[in-house]
Amino acid sequence: MEYDVIIGLEVHAQLLTETKIFCSCSTIFGDKPNTNTCPVCIGMPGVLPVLNKKVVDFGIKLGLATNCHISKTNIFARKNYFYPDLPKGYQITQYENPLCEHGFLDINVDNTVKRIGITRIHMEEDAGKLIHDLKSHRSLIDFNRAGVPLLEIVSEPDIRSTAEAYSYLMELRQLLVYLEICDGNMEQGSFRCDANVSVRPKGSVSFGIRTELKNMNSFRHVQRALDYEINRHIGIIESGGNVLPETMLWDAVSNTTQPMRTKEESHDYRYFPEPDLIPVVVDDAWIEEIEKRLPELPRDKRARFVNVYGLPEYDAEVLTQSRSVADYFEQCVSLLNSPKEISNWIMTEVLRVLKEGSEDIKTLKVTPEMLVSMIRLINDGTISGKIAKDIFEEMATTGRSPELIVKEKGLVQITDEDILKDIVREIIENNPKEVDVYKKGKVQLLGFFVGQVMNATKGKANPRLTNKIIREMLKQ
Amino acid sequence: MLDIARRFRVDNISPLDITEEILQGIKQDPLNAYITVDETGARNAAKEAEEEIRQGSDNLLLGVPVAIKDNICTKGVSTTCASNILSNFVPTYDAHVVEKLKNSGVVIVGKTNMDEFAMGSTTTTSKIGPTKNPWDITKTPGGSSGGSAAAVAADLCAASLGSDTGGSIRQPASFCGITGLKPTYGSVSRFGLVAFASSLDQIGPMARSARDVAILYNAVKGYDPKDSTSVAMKYQPTSLDGLDMRGIRVGVPGAFFGEGLSTDVEKAVKDGISVFKELGAEIVDIDLAYIRYGVAVYYIVATAEASSNLARYDGVRYGLRGNNADDLIDMYIDTRSSGFNIEVKRRIMLGTYGLSAGYYDQYYRKASQVRTLIIQDFAKAFEVCDIIIGPTTPTPAFGLYEMIDDPLSLYLLDIYTIPANLTGLPALSIPCGFTKEGLPIGMQLMAPAFREDILLGAGISFQDHTRFHEKRPQWNMM
Ligand SMILES: [Zn+2]
Repeated sequence: MEYDVIIGLEVHAQLLTETKIFCSCSTIFGDKPNTNTCPVCIGMPGVLPVLNKKVVDFGIKLGLATNCHISKTNIFARKNYFYPDLPKGYQITQYENPLCEHGFLDINVDNTVKRIGITRIHMEEDAGKLIHDLKSHRSLIDFNRAGVPLLEIVSEPDIRSTAEAYSYLMELRQLLVYLEICDGNMEQGSFRCDANVSVRPKGSVSFGIRTELKNMNSFRHVQRALDYEINRHIGIIESGGNVLPETMLWDAVSNTTQPMRTKEESHDYRYFPEPDLIPVVVDDAWIEEIEKRLPELPRDKRARFVNVYGLPEYDAEVLTQSRSVADYFEQCVSLLNSPKEISNWIMTEVLRVLKEGSEDIKTLKVTPEMLVSMIRLINDGTISGKIAKDIFEEMATTGRSPELIVKEKGLVQITDEDILKDIVREIIENNPKEVDVYKKGKVQLLGFFVGQVMNATKGKANPRLTNKIIREMLKQ
Repeated sequence: MLDIARRFRVDNISPLDITEEILQGIKQDPLNAYITVDETGARNAAKEAEEEIRQGSDNLLLGVPVAIKDNICTKGVSTTCASNILSNFVPTYDAHVVEKLKNSGVVIVGKTNMDEFAMGSTTTTSKIGPTKNPWDITKTPGGSSGGSAAAVAADLCAASLGSDTGGSIRQPASFCGITGLKPTYGSVSRFGLVAFASSLDQIGPMARSARDVAILYNAVKGYDPKDSTSVAMKYQPTSLDGLDMRGIRVGVPGAFFGEGLSTDVEKAVKDGISVFKELGAEIVDIDLAYIRYGVAVYYIVATAEASSNLARYDGVRYGLRGNNADDLIDMYIDTRSSGFNIEVKRRIMLGTYGLSAGYYDQYYRKASQVRTLIIQDFAKAFEVCDIIIGPTTPTPAFGLYEMIDDPLSLYLLDIYTIPANLTGLPALSIPCGFTKEGLPIGMQLMAPAFREDILLGAGISFQDHTRFHEKRPQWNMM
C-alpha cells in the first residue's frame, strides 16, 4: 500500500541578543559553567523577570519575514514542571497569545515552490543544561543557558516527506541567519528541531496516530530519524498493529528511535498567565519600525540575482546562501560589470578560502576592490587565469594588491611571440621522441609541450599564444 | 517615629541609645516578634545616623529603628519566610524597599515573624512558633505580618514593613491597634519580596500613626525598573497634613456590615464613620454586589500563583535539600515534604488543582473573570464616593490556636481585606476603638488607585481628632 506522510516541525531558535530574555546576563556560548548567571536566571527567592525588548524585535522580524499576523497584545505564560535544569520550576513562555500567527514559508522541492504554513512563533526562555559526571556519578547543572531567549517556530502539518522537511529547515535557518537573529548552529544547539510524524494510507482524509520525535542534533540526524520513524510507522500498520502516540528519541548510535520513558512525558503543564510580567503591546509604529529595517529576504535576493545580473539559478543559490557573500558579490559588480566572471571567482576561490580558514568574508583579506583589480589584469592580458589563482592565494594570505604582487614577482604574462618561439624551438629540439609521436598523429601530446613551456616560463606564457605557436611549429 | 525624630533633635538622644534600648527589648521579648535580629547592622546604621543628625540633617527617617518582615530580602541577613525550606537562605541582594530604606538612613533592627510564606492570618505557622498579641498574649496578633504588627505595638521598633496579599498588613494592624497601609498594586516595588501570589502581593508600611505610615510610605514607594509590574509615573510625596473632610464623600457598603460581624466591631466602626461625618464628610450608601465572591476568587487565584511561585524550592540550588532520597523524584518529595508546613502544602495542592487540565476553565479562568467584575464594581462605586469605609476584620483578635482546625472559617475572615488585593486598590487600617475586653478594633479605608493621599490624609485627620492610636498595651515594659 502507498502512504501519505504528514510531518509538522517545531524549531527552537536561540536568539543572538547580547543579554538573556529576563535579566542582563550575557548569552555567550561556551563560557565556564555558571559564570553567566544572576539571582534572576537561577530563580532565587524574591527576584523578578524584566523583558528584554530586543527579543520582541527579533520575533517581529521573523514574523514579518514569514508573513505572520503580529499579535498586538502579548501575554507571557508560565509552563509549570519540575526539572533540575529549570530554576524556577516553570518556564516563562507564551501560550494563548503567541507573538506571531498564521504565516507561511515557501520552500523549493524538485524545482517547484511549496508553501508550508507557520502556525505560530512565540518567545520563551531556555533552560540550563544537565551534565552527568560519569567519574563521580553526580549530576551537575550549568545555568549559563538558562534564560537565553528562544523563538519557537511551529509549522502546520503541511510537510509531506523527509526531503520537504529538510528543505523547510534549510530555508528557515537561512532566513534566521539572514535576519541576524540566530546563528543557526544545530550542533551547538542554537537551532533545534522536533518533529511530529504520522502516516496514513494514500487518499485517506483522517490523520494517523502521530509520534513526537526529539533529540536530532544535525540536519543529517533529522533526515535519518524521519526516514526511520516513517518506516517504523508503516511497518507497524502493515503488520496490523497500532502506532502509539509516544514521544520518541533519536538514538544516533543505533540509528533508531526509542520511546521516551512515559513518566517524563505525562506532564500537565498547568499554563497560566505570568503575573510578574505585564502584557507587551506591539503597536503599528513598532511593527513599521522593524519592517523598515528588514533586509532583503533570501528568496527575493535569489530572484533578483537571476533577473538583474543574469546569473544561472545555481549561481544565485550559492551566492545568496549567506547575506555577507551576496553583499560581497554586489560590491564587486558595482566596481566591474561582469557578474558571471565575478560569480565564478567567488564560487570557487573566495568560498574555498572561507571554507578552509576560520575567516569570515567581512575579514577576508581579498577585498572586492582587489578581486576586481585582479579580474581586470586577466581581462587586459597582463596575467593568465592560471597565474591569477596564485595571485589570489597570495592576496588571501598577505592582503597585498594584485598589481603589487604581479610587479614584485614578475608575473606579467609573456605575450611576445619571438620569445615564445625561441622557447618552443628549444623544447622541440630536446624532445625528439615526443615530436615524432605527435607528428604520427597523437595530437593529445600537445598538452605535454604546453606544460613544458609553462615550466620553462614559470607559468607566465600566454596559454592561447603558446598553443598556437606549438601547433604551427610542429606542423613544419 | 515622629516622636523619636524629635527626641533625637530636641532631647539630644542618640540613635545609638534608642537602638540599644530596642535591642535590649527584643532580647526580653515574650511575644516572639522577631526571627532574626541584626545587632551589628543596626549599631552601624545608628552610628552613621548619629553623625548625620549631628550635622543637622532634617531627614525624619534618620536613625529610626525599623523592622522588616522576614519575606523581604536583606543582603547578608538571613531571610527565611519563617520556613524550614529557607532556614539557611541568606540573600546576596536587598529588596528594592530595603535598599531605599537603607539609603534614607533608617536603622534596620531585624526580621519579623510571620506565617510561613505569608500564608495565614495568625502568625502561628512559623517555623519558630507563634507571635503573641501584646494586648493579650493568649490571642493572635493576626497575620501574616503578625511579627511586624506586634513589634510596633510593643515598641520593639518604631515602624515596620509588612506584606499584604489578602489582608496580611491590615488585619494584624487592626488586631494590634496600629496603622497599616496596603498600597496600590504597582506603587511599591516587589523586587526582593519572596513571592506568595504575585498579582496580589504588595509591601506596605506599618506604624503607630497614619503620619508615620505616610513617612515610611514616602520612603519606599516609587517606580522600580526591576519590577515589571511597578508603575512608571511621577510619585508625589504624600502630605503629612490631614485631609479637610468637608465635601469628601464616604461610601459605606452594606455588604461590609452583614452576617458574621461582631457587635463590638460594628459599633466601633460606625462610631468611626460618625467622626468623619462630624469632620464634614458626606456619607453615602454604596453597593458592591460581587464582593461576596471575593474570598472564593482570592483562594483560587492566590493558591494557583503560589503553587507556581513555590515550585523553585526544590532543593536543587539553595535552601533545604531532603537527603532521604535515592533519585530525583524522591529528593523533590523529601525536600518539599519536610520543608513546608501543612498550610503551605494545602495551598500548593489547592492551586495545583485549580490550574490542572480540565479544571483551569472552571476555576482559574472563571475566578479571573469574576475578579474583573469586582474591579468594575469598585470603579463604579468610586464614581459616587471618594473613599470607602468599613471594618478591617469581622472580629477582634481571637485565641492563638482557636482556628487551627478550621481553615475554611479562617479564610472567610479575610472577607473585607481581600477586595483591595483583587482590585489592586490601596487600603488603610486605622485603630477606631476597643472591645469590652480591651482588644483593639480596626477600621478600613479604601480609595481609588494611587490615591494614598486621600487615605492617609483621612487617617491623619481622624487621628488628629481621636486617641485610639495612642493607647498602648498594658504589659508594655518600655
Ligand atoms: Zn541572569
